[in-house]
Order: sequence, then structure tokens, then C-alpha cells
Amino acid sequence: MAVSVSRAYSPRWLTQLGNTLSNLLLANRSLRRLLAMVLFFGIWQFLCVINFNVFVDFQFVPSPAKALAATIKFMSGNPWVHFRSSIMRVFWGYGFAAIFGVFLGVLIGWCAVIEDFLLPPLELLRPIPAVAWIPLAILMFPTSESGMIYITFIGAFFPILVSTIRGVESTLNDMVLVRVGQCLGAKPWHIFKDIVVPGSLPSIASGLTIGMGNAWFCLVTAEILAGRYGIGYLTWESYVTSNYPPIVMGMLLIGLLGAFSSWAVSKGMEALMPWRVIKKQS
Amino acid sequence: MTTQIEQRHAVKGAVRVEGVSMTFRRKGHETHVLDSIQLGIEPGEFVCLLGPSGCGKSTLLNVIAGFIKPTAGYVMVDQNPVMRPGADRGFVFQQYSLLPWKTAFQNIELGLKIRGMAKGDRTELVNDYLNRVGLYKHRNSYPHQMSGGMQQRASIVRALVNSPSVLLLDEPFAALDAQTRHMMQELLLDIWEDLKTTVIFVTHDIEEAIFLGDRICVMGVQPGHIKAELPIGLRRPRHFDDTLSADFVNMHRQVFECIREETMKSMEKGF
Ligand SMILES: Nc1ncnc2c1ncn2[C@@H]1O[C@H](COP(=O)(O)OP(=O)(O)OP(=O)(O)O)[C@@H](O)[C@H]1O
Ligand SMILES: [Mg+2]
Repeated sequence: MAVSVSRAYSPRWLTQLGNTLSNLLLANRSLRRLLAMVLFFGIWQFLCVINFNVFVDFQFVPSPAKALAATIKFMSGNPWVHFRSSIMRVFWGYGFAAIFGVFLGVLIGWCAVIEDFLLPPLELLRPIPAVAWIPLAILMFPTSESGMIYITFIGAFFPILVSTIRGVESTLNDMVLVRVGQCLGAKPWHIFKDIVVPGSLPSIASGLTIGMGNAWFCLVTAEILAGRYGIGYLTWESYVTSNYPPIVMGMLLIGLLGAFSSWAVSKGMEALMPWRVIKKQS
Repeated sequence: MTTQIEQRHAVKGAVRVEGVSMTFRRKGHETHVLDSIQLGIEPGEFVCLLGPSGCGKSTLLNVIAGFIKPTAGYVMVDQNPVMRPGADRGFVFQQYSLLPWKTAFQNIELGLKIRGMAKGDRTELVNDYLNRVGLYKHRNSYPHQMSGGMQQRASIVRALVNSPSVLLLDEPFAALDAQTRHMMQELLLDIWEDLKTTVIFVTHDIEEAIFLGDRICVMGVQPGHIKAELPIGLRRPRHFDDTLSADFVNMHRQVFECIREETMKSMEKGF
């Protein structure tokens, strides 16, 4: 009621403009997402320009504009060697994590004996952050490259492992699905292959997506370890040499690469699960 | 088409439930659910288990299926004691139970695939059954793309395609709307008349039990037991019009009287 009354007093074109704007914003999801990004960078730029300093100090925070300038400079140099180093490290670390995480997770979820033998030590290692592995990684691995791959592996492995175990356990917990298999004459192998594995695929997929994000997350840690190339190395190096704008550039590049590869993983997994329907509140 | 399906079902499917008792123990607390159930079912007979909620219908059916082991007694299907679930006892669940990651065709095909039937043979057989229940058009649909009635039809066919000795159904139509439920009942009777598989059908709907069964076993509560066995003399094949006949209404009254007392008891118990 109140809305219609107040509308009666405002000029018609204003109401219409308001309606059009709100329709555009509400109806178009990509537009909403774009707006979110614009607001994010806009507010950041604003805080830098006014030298915001209430508890959080923006005086030394490079503004988006400066970060953009640093990016342009970086891109016109020789960026590919850095990209390639980082991407290869994530590729190998994540690849091993995906293989071992899914394989061990399925075994642990499926078989109590394997769970008893493997899970306790893994649970002990799980809470250890990637940074804490740096000294050992230096001592354990012959080359710094393999040490860095190991640290990315650690980041991706545990989320994949845990989600896979949860997925398998909850599928086994669904009595109806297992019984369906049993009264079709299924042997444990069939139940495993036709029910447990596809049933836990949604969980495995979310583990793989989170794991991909974590792999990038741990990359900076890994590249502090050593190396002369890589996005994480670049970020750390810029801090050490007090050249601040590339820090932000490095952070954003890692964010971008991480988000993109997580998205690619989740798209790929969705393609494996054509039976899934997800309907969200709009 | 139907003849090929028929030939695969020889006369088999005698079921004997011998003194089956079931007591659940949980945290030192005991629930006596079934009390020495005695039940004999002829090959090809259609038996309805009718009883109020909580009287142990599902428990009895799960024992026959081999999902759970009774505390006492045993079940025989064609000279074989039931030890574990098997393809000779097809099961249709109350919940929609198609595997969500398989299409209608793949769901129905699964039992045959497990048994190692050649691909050509199983495709032909599955397609026959799909045609039979009007799902051929939807053979490549995933369960989430199918209505509840379609899913239950596929579930029934998934059990039947393995030519089981007994078909066990646990309130398979309870979640459907009245209209669909009637259609499904007629469809089930139609298939059953061709195949003559033994059927044990659990329901708490009196009308459904009379319309479908050769015999109704009314179950009582506290603990679950067979209170009465009522033969249904209505002619076959049955049609939905028959539910309005005088015989049907009489039967309904008779069963209603029989089950009323038990329903009161079970309500007092708080189900
Ligand atoms: N696994 C179990 N552990 C303990 N109690 C159980 C278990 N399964 C069933 N019961 C109990 O056994 C009784 C009978 O259950 P059952 O599911 O067989 O009833 P029902 O006749 O199928 O009822 P409904 O019509 O509601 O499906 C109930 O009191 C239930 O609480
Ligand atoms: Mg039940």
C-alpha cells in the first residue's frame, strides 16, 4: 500500500526509470555480477584515493589503477615464463592430488579395514598448513621444483580426500540404493561400480573444485620456497623489493587463475553428471 | 511381443513363511515387531498384506526379500531358504528408487547386465517391457525428468525383467495421486495376468487390497501378526467399475470391520 501511495506523488518518468533499472538488475544475472565487480574495484579505488586510514591503513595499498599499470608493464615484458612455471606446478600437484585423493577416498569410504589403517595418520597430517611443510619439503625433495609441486599437492589432496570419503559413506548410508542393487543380484563389485561410485560423484566433484582453489592458494607458499619464476614468486619478490603494485597484480592473477581453473573443473564434472539438476532461488 | 515375455516365466514362486519373529534391539530397548508369522503363498497368487501403520508390514516384506534376518523362523521360496537378497525376489520400493544417474533404459537393463546377458538380447527384452508399460518414448530420460507414476512403472519393470519367482511391492503407489494410482493398479493387474508371477503387495489402502488381490492377509498390531486371511472372490480380469459393485462394497465392509479394531490399537500406541 505504502509503495503505491508514494508512487502517486513522484513524476511518472522517474517511476518508470526506476522500474526499468530494477527490472534490468533483477532479471539479468550477468549484469548483477558485472555490477558486483565494478562496485568492488570502485570502492577499493575510492579508499585508496582518499587515503583511508581508520584501523585499516590504505596508504600503502596500491590502487586498482596502479595495479593495472603494473599488469600492463608485466604483460609487455616476458610474462609467459612465469605463467608457465606456476601452471605446471599446479597441474602436477593437483593431478597427483586428484588421483590419490579420489582413489584413497573411495577405498577408505568403502572398506573399514583400509579406513582403520590409513585414516588415522591422514587425519593427523590434515590440519597441518602448507606453510608448515616448507622446511621438510626442502629436506625431503631433491629439487626445489618437486618440493613446490609437493606443497601444491598437499593443498589440493585433503579436500579431495575428505569429500570423496564423505560421498562414498553417504551413498552407502542410503539403504534404498544399496538394496536396489542387492535385489537385482548385484555382487559387491557391481554395487561399487554402478551405485557407490556414481552416487558419490557429486561429492567428489565438489572436492575436486575446492581442491583446485586450494592448489592455487598454496602456490604462493610453494613459490616462496625457491625458484626464479612463477606468479607467487613474483608477488613475494615484489614485497621484498618494496615494489608494491605488482603484489596486488600477483594476488589478483592468482585469484583469477584459481577461479578460472576451479570453474573449469566444476564444468567438466557437471558434464560427467548429466542427471543432476540444480535449481536455485533467483 | 507379450508371448516372448510370457515364455520366460515358468510356474514358480511358492513362498512359505515359517514362524517368523522379529525383535529389534536398540540401546537395550527391545521392540517386538513380528510374532511367529505363518504364511503360505501359492505360485502365481496375488496376496495383499494389509494393516495399520507400524504393524510390521515392511518388516515382514524385508525379511522375505532377505534385507533383514528374522530373530526366529525362516522363509522358503521354491525349496530355497532365503539367506540374502537376490534377483529371484524382485522388490519395488515405496520411495522412488530408480538410480538417478541411469536413464530408464539403463535402470531396467541393470539386472540383466549383472547377470551377463548379451547386449542384443537385453536391449530387445528391455524394449519389450518398456513398450508394455508405455515408457518406450521415455527410455532415455533420467528419473528426474519422469513423473512419479512413470518412475514407479519403470521400477516395477526393473524388477520384472529379471523374471523373479516373487514380486514384492511395499506400498508402491502410496505417493501417487488417486487418478494415477488407479491407472497403475490396472496396469499392474494387466501385467500380472500375463506373467502370473507370485505377488506380495503391501498396502494400507483397503480398496487397493481388494481390487488387486486373490487374498488379503490382514495384519494386527502389538506385536505384528496375521489376524485374518480373506479370499477375494471377485472375477478377473478386474476393471475399475468393479469397485462399485455390491460384492466389492460388501467385501470392503468386511475388511473394514476386521482392520478397524487394529487401527484403534495402533493409534493408542501412538503411531
Ligand atoms: N530397524 C529398526 N529398528 C527398530 N525398530 C524398527 C526398525 N524397523 C522397524 N521398526 C519398528 O517396527 C515397527 C513396524 O515397522 P514397519 O516399518 O514394518 O511398519 P509398517 O507396517 O510398514 O508401517 P507403515 O505402514 O507406516 O509403513 C515400527 O514400530 C517400527 O518403529
Ligand atoms: Mg512400511
